[in-house]
Amino acid sequence: MMFYLFAAVAVVASLLVIGQRNPIYSVLLLIASFGALSGLYVLLDAPFVAVIQIVVYAGAIMVLFLFVVMLLNAPHEDTEQDERVHPLIRRGAMRFGAVLAVALIVELWWALMKAGETGEFGNASVSSVAAIGQLLFTDYAFPFEVTSILILVALVGAVVLARRDPAGAAALRRR
Amino acid sequence: MPALSQYLVLSALLFSIGAAGVFVRRNLITILLSIEIMLNAVNLTFVAFGRALGSADGQIIVFFVMTVAAAEAAVGLAIVIALFRHRESLNPDAFTTLRW
Repeated sequence: MMFYLFAAVAVVASLLVIGQRNPIYSVLLLIASFGALSGLYVLLDAPFVAVIQIVVYAGAIMVLFLFVVMLLNAPHEDTEQDERVHPLIRRGAMRFGAVLAVALIVELWWALMKAGETGEFGNASVSSVAAIGQLLFTDYAFPFEVTSILILVALVGAVVLARRDPAGAAALRRR
Repeated sequence: MPALSQYLVLSALLFSIGAAGVFVRRNLITILLSIEIMLNAVNLTFVAFGRALGSADGQIIVFFVMTVAAAEAAVGLAIVIALFRHRESLNPDAFTTLRW
């Protein structure tokens, strides 16, 4: 029962995210969708993922989005050039989306036929954070360390890209 | 108690919504948000399969996916800021040339 509640909230909020013209509302609705997904993770006996979904995704990444939306102060899509027709009924995008949706549904149907199981989960769940941490720092120690380099690169890249009129770019323009 | 297939159907729905958002919207920030929806749909699949197989690997992959999503959001938003400074627009159709 709780599954259908959370699923409905996640789907409706996600639909509204892509239906909004104002990005601030989109970001806030996406936070609601992430909250519902966090509830689904609790139903799946994954409390660690549920908590980092709220803390990292809704707390950190979405605040970054909100910060940029407010910094740019350009809340509405440009309406003068392309909004004669509503985006949902524009021909090219619609056709491509229909093909994509059909492909996804066929693949899903195939996967479910292959799996052929219904009912509850048979196996015992691994929900303890200690077990996950143990695995993360033994079997997955190398990917974990690589992740730190990825974060460092992203940090430096973001600073370089968003800098106002960097000296290097000015030098390139003079040449 | 819902079965694995229900989680997969929900995940497919969310992924379709995110993909539709990328193709339909004309705003760089909304496109980045749609990518986040797709990443979360995939995360749900990982956790559901991990639960069905009784393994913790699904949850660990989700941890890495979230890290990549954070890096992607940081770099993507920095690019959006740089683009907005040049064109005063968030419409991807405004950025069709490779030079300023």
